[in-house]
Amino acid sequence: MLIELNDIRKVFNQGKHNEFSAIRGISLQIEPNKVTCLKGASGSGKTTLLSMIGCLSRPTSGRITLGEQNISGLPERFLTDIRRHTFGFIFQKFNLIQGLSVLENIMLPAYPLGTPHEALMDYAHSLLGHFGLSRLSTSPVEWLSGGEAQRVAICRAMINDPEILIADEPTANLDSKLSREFMGLVDDLHQSGKTVLITSHDPIVFDSPVINRVVEMCDGQVLKDEPCY
Amino acid sequence: MTKFIRKQRYLIDFTLSSLLRRKTKNLGLLLVYTLIVFILASVMLFTHALRSEAGIILQESPEIILQRMVAGRHALMPAEYLEKIGRVRGVVRKEGRLWGYFYDYATKSNYTMMAAPDKGLSNSEVIIGAGIARVRWLGIGDFISFNSFDGKTYTFEVKEILDSESELVSSDLVLMSETAWRTTLGVPEGYFTDIVLSVRNPREVSKIAGKLTLKLPDTRPILRDEILRTYDSVFAWRQGITFVLLAGAVLAFVIFAWDKASGLSAEEKREIGILKAVGWETGDVLHMKFWEGGIISLSAFMLGYLAAYVHVFYGSAVLFEPVLKGWAVLYPEFHPVPFIDGMQVATLFFFTVFPYTVATIIPIWRASITDPDTVMR
Amino acid sequence: MLFVTVAVLLIALTVVDASYRRHGAEEALQQRGQLVAELALTDLALFTEARYTRHPSQSDLHSAFQDHPMALEYFPTGSFLSPPRRYRP
Ligand SMILES: Nc1ncnc2c1ncn2[C@@H]1O[C@H](COP(=O)(O)OP(=O)(O)OP(=O)(O)O)[C@@H](O)[C@H]1O
Ligand SMILES: [Mg+2]
Repeated sequence: MLIELNDIRKVFNQGKHNEFSAIRGISLQIEPNKVTCLKGASGSGKTTLLSMIGCLSRPTSGRITLGEQNISGLPERFLTDIRRHTFGFIFQKFNLIQGLSVLENIMLPAYPLGTPHEALMDYAHSLLGHFGLSRLSTSPVEWLSGGEAQRVAICRAMINDPEILIADEPTANLDSKLSREFMGLVDDLHQSGKTVLITSHDPIVFDSPVINRVVEMCDGQVLKDEPCY
Repeated sequence: MTKFIRKQRYLIDFTLSSLLRRKTKNLGLLLVYTLIVFILASVMLFTHALRSEAGIILQESPEIILQRMVAGRHALMPAEYLEKIGRVRGVVRKEGRLWGYFYDYATKSNYTMMAAPDKGLSNSEVIIGAGIARVRWLGIGDFISFNSFDGKTYTFEVKEILDSESELVSSDLVLMSETAWRTTLGVPEGYFTDIVLSVRNPREVSKIAGKLTLKLPDTRPILRDEILRTYDSVFAWRQGITFVLLAGAVLAFVIFAWDKASGLSAEEKREIGILKAVGWETGDVLHMKFWEGGIISLSAFMLGYLAAYVHVFYGSAVLFEPVLKGWAVLYPEFHPVPFIDGMQVATLFFFTVFPYTVATIIPIWRASITDPDTVMR
Repeated sequence: MLFVTVAVLLIALTVVDASYRRHGAEEALQQRGQLVAELALTDLALFTEARYTRHPSQSDLHSAFQDHPMALEYFPTGSFLSPPRRYRP
């Protein structure tokens, strides 16, 4: 599914004294089945852009189209629906829910869909197996190491089998070895046909051969946009 | 449809495991909540059972009791008033009653002394209520003495102890012959305490009462309906200290629950954000919280109600004994018959389950309509 | 789920139990009623602490609720025993 951004702007606190324009007119096309990396200095608006693409928030102006569908003007209900079928999120702080087991955390996004229980369990277990987490399925998430938590977060992002994976600073809490491992996993995802969107200012990420394209941002605008093969 | 049910089951599962995460806190909440329901339900079941029972057994009370008033006070009833009443149409029986009180210094309790001419008692025999037998350690054949009005002491043999089944009305009764009663309590021949009248047709009672007040202007009729109404409102505990105390407790709980329910912690807010970010709708979050409030309040209601049922109908409402007893020494041992008012139970259900559930949902609703992108930071 | 089922069953059981025991108590109730009729009793023996609390239905204007019909009572019983209806304002 092609993602198309057309002159996107995002203004925070519009009309107030602390008005701030985080994204100032970005137009981009993000091709399907590619790994795209948004790179840029802190505060350049990467997270803001990502959350608009992922239907977590709406642009102040401009148009985002997802495949055929214009999503920038949709009401919240539809955004949620698109979000849970199309996107999987891997957050910087992993955002696992404390106190619940690994398995429960992974299945969370599927609850509102009412998937049959057995099918859901099977799929969750196969994901855990694939990411080498079977042993941990019943442990509470606060026991996990950073790398394990990361992989749990990936499993959770995958549970509804989304087309597009969004990862915001996925390696910020990992050491370089784990970061490389993560890039390996991203490569797997890419091979299995997913579109991956990553933000990072970590060279391990944007210099990795896994990345198909790097978009550099600065002050809410695209500075450089180059494919890397 | 099955999808909807499956979804609700997932939400309930999730709710349960998130409740279990804060085990002590939620258990504590459940406990306090249950306790409140328990107290309210106990009061409710107990008063309703007593009220119903009073209504049934006092249905057998005399239709009219005629009291004589002198200078605004209850005075002895001269026997000639029985004649003065004469023949009133509809009255099938009229009779003087002899009853009064006796304060027993030994046990610091009040007895109700009654003359029972029909019981065939000799002048040295009494029948006592089970309550007196208990506080005085008396059995059949034992002796009990009463100080008479003129300072003499008369000793009586206990001929019979009234069935403990009827303690609710008879626990403090002392029944004696008329002569013995007059000798002990000093009411001279020719006087009664009051007069009881039986009326054939209940619909004529108030008409007859009107006639009686005309005939005997210094008397006051007390109708059975008034007695019944008195007992109907006796346990209108709302008016009393019990409820004031209870209201304090309830209020404290409301504050506590409100605080717990409405003061969303930063952690909870974050969780809601995460849920929304991973694809939950506002409605899903609300459903989940609805189940949370519902599970807690429903469990509290069921546990509290069951405990109250056992307490009142199997434990004879032991916890209320001190309250009902007050300073009295004699307290009837009785087992309330389980008369239950479904409407009352439903009201209790509504007022315990509903507000809490709503109180948990409102703040969540406020939190869950915010944009989910906050979790990205 | 199990808990809810058990609790609901128990509550249903209380209804059954209540009606069963009401049935069983009929005779006792009748007996009590008979005693009341026989002795022309008018009140429950629940509040024996003072003259006027023992027979609330028989109390007169100036003995029960001595100071004012709605005044707080000296005896604990008086605090939740409401004055007879006819004296209430
Ligand atoms: N809700 C908000 N209200 C006001 N300003 C905001 C809000 N969210 C973000 N901003 C501002 O928008 C700018 C871009 O933020 P964003 O999080 O997108 O940067 P980033 O590129 O992801 O930075 P980092 O690399 O540090 O994560 C920042 O200057 C931030 O202060
Ligand atoms: Mg960021």
